[in-house]
Amino acid sequence: MNFDRLKEKLEILADAAKYDVSCSSSGGTRKNKKGALGDSSASGICHTYTEDGRCVSLLKILLTNHCIYDCAYCVSRSSNDIKRAAFTVEEVVDLTINFYRRNYIEGLFLSSGIFKNADTTMERLVRVAKKLRLEENFNGYIHLKSIPGASDELMEEAALYADRLSINLEIPTESGLKLLAPEKNRADMISPMRYIQNGIAQYKDEKKIFRKVPKFAPAGQSTQMIVGATNENDLQIIKVADHFYKNFNLKRVYYSGYVPVLEDKRLPSLTTEVPMLRENRLYQSDWLMRFYGFKAEEILDPNIPFLDLEIDPKLSWALRNLQQFPVNLQTADYQMILRIPGIGLKTAKKIVHARRFQVLNMEHLTKLGAAVNRAKYFIDFNSGNMYLRYLTDKNFRKLLIGGSASKFHNQFSQQLSLF
Amino acid sequence: MTTLLYDGSFDGLLTAVFEVFEYRYKDVEIISKGRFHQENIFAEIHDVITQGDKAERVFNKLEQNIGKSGINQLLKVYLSEDPGSEQIILSAIRQSIQLPQENILLNYADPDILKVSKICKSVDRETHRMTAFVRFEKMQDDVFFAKIDPDFNVLPLIRKHFKDRYQDQKWMIYDLRRHYGILYDLENCDFFYPDEKLNLEQYQQKFHDEETQYQKLWQRYFTKTNIVERKNLKLHIQHVPRRYWKYLTEKT
Repeated sequence: MNFDRLKEKLEILADAAKYDVSCSSSGGTRKNKKGALGDSSASGICHTYTEDGRCVSLLKILLTNHCIYDCAYCVSRSSNDIKRAAFTVEEVVDLTINFYRRNYIEGLFLSSGIFKNADTTMERLVRVAKKLRLEENFNGYIHLKSIPGASDELMEEAALYADRLSINLEIPTESGLKLLAPEKNRADMISPMRYIQNGIAQYKDEKKIFRKVPKFAPAGQSTQMIVGATNENDLQIIKVADHFYKNFNLKRVYYSGYVPVLEDKRLPSLTTEVPMLRENRLYQSDWLMRFYGFKAEEILDPNIPFLDLEIDPKLSWALRNLQQFPVNLQTADYQMILRIPGIGLKTAKKIVHARRFQVLNMEHLTKLGAAVNRAKYFIDFNSGNMYLRYLTDKNFRKLLIGGSASKFHNQFSQQLSLF
Repeated sequence: MTTLLYDGSFDGLLTAVFEVFEYRYKDVEIISKGRFHQENIFAEIHDVITQGDKAERVFNKLEQNIGKSGINQLLKVYLSEDPGSEQIILSAIRQSIQLPQENILLNYADPDILKVSKICKSVDRETHRMTAFVRFEKMQDDVFFAKIDPDFNVLPLIRKHFKDRYQDQKWMIYDLRRHYGILYDLENCDFFYPDEKLNLEQYQQKFHDEETQYQKLWQRYFTKTNIVERKNLKLHIQHVPRRYWKYLTEKT
């Protein structure tokens, strides 16, 4: 094996793949067959973290960064003058297996620039997955990118060998997509997604009847949207995410703050900062929808289509719905305890268990892991709570902000110094 | 005050707990012999001889009261090697005997039970980190070898994970701090306890020919997959604390 050439390709094709956010390796159901390599039946594992703080769970690379499309936001766009490279199927398989054997990764996330046409590209991606499964007996995690416009036959085969498939919506609005990626269209993205969704449902039904049914994309589908490349608002983004969760049964929607890498008059200038805070608020909203029982309509003030950057969306909801508070810890149901600012999923569960044994007070709350600096204003204890009088205070919001330090403090001070 | 000395094994600890009830000790502490220094000269010493049947009776009782997962939690407290672990385990078992109908480990408002849950969380985190941060290096004899130095004694907790995962390669994970390891030789997957510390000097010379190449590839991948514009070292270190760096191929 020519390691120098391989290293060069890896550098180019890892660099080009890094803007794909997903690195999840959970949800797989593939158990090791006797004497083979790999097991992805457990929860996901992050094997390391890059200096930007993102998890590395999968070997995330492009098969090639040659691309016939010219999407404005993408480094690999055809008009961009960069080094191009392409892996052979064997090279990707070899890297995956050797990294996996050393416990560097949970598996492979393979994406690609589109060379020639959609089907040729998809066929090559499928070939990698097939070789890993059938020739190498690999049971680790495989995430393949669905290529927009790929045919149903190839998608079917992809789902038989991969654990997860994803297709990136890229731009939240169709008008934005038209502006930045005129050669792409939503319909081409949605059709493979719909095919996989129906396939998953069908295989699930068959499984009820037959004992042995092949696995079909067991870890489901996900997608990704770029945030801040066009002028969409947060309400639009959340609505799109909600739509795809509900109608396409997606496992995850990822939000990727736009990193300006290219000069283009349709895009924000190169000096624009990555909107990391906004991205963070979107993820928080996403969590509220998926785990905390919030509806998309509850997350934003209908009159203001942007998320509050100063406070998190749950606190923001609480401030708009003060009439729902205080909440009595001893008697409230689990769903309402989840809505108290400063109380997360695990703490809420602990509260519901612990209150069966004794009457809880503020001290318990601290020990159970709640962020009491926020939670204390919203809770009624059987023994009373002196902080409740602030609930009706005109300056309540200010008081709350003053009481907690944001990890994005620097970003605020930069903004404030303008005034 | 009575001090029960046991041999440091989990069965020994359960035997000691049994004897606390058997002799109706009220004011009592349980200490592992390896960690015992006579401090309290008024303490009465009671030597516990590990007995399988006594340990099993405690085990069965606990299984009825708090289930397998409850015992698992107490085992994790034991593996944490926390200086207070014996007292916490004793306290939890006492409470469970008093309230056999309840799963007492859910009473998070009790300080000792909360400690059980906290210690379990730490041990679980370390266990998970070891499944993530173990880095195998392929040796000349085709064994994939990894050194670890975990905060808690988690080898027994990660054996199944690696056994399920790597069935077609020989591998070995060695705990540098506790001087023992797990060895899988394509057939059996057992703990081994070398008589002397493993000599790891110049062991890189025993690397398989390809090993350094794949390490370099991994290091380059690690660098290239980072987005420089989003640099966030604070978050990086939060996820990968410095004490683990020495064994991470990508951080050397």
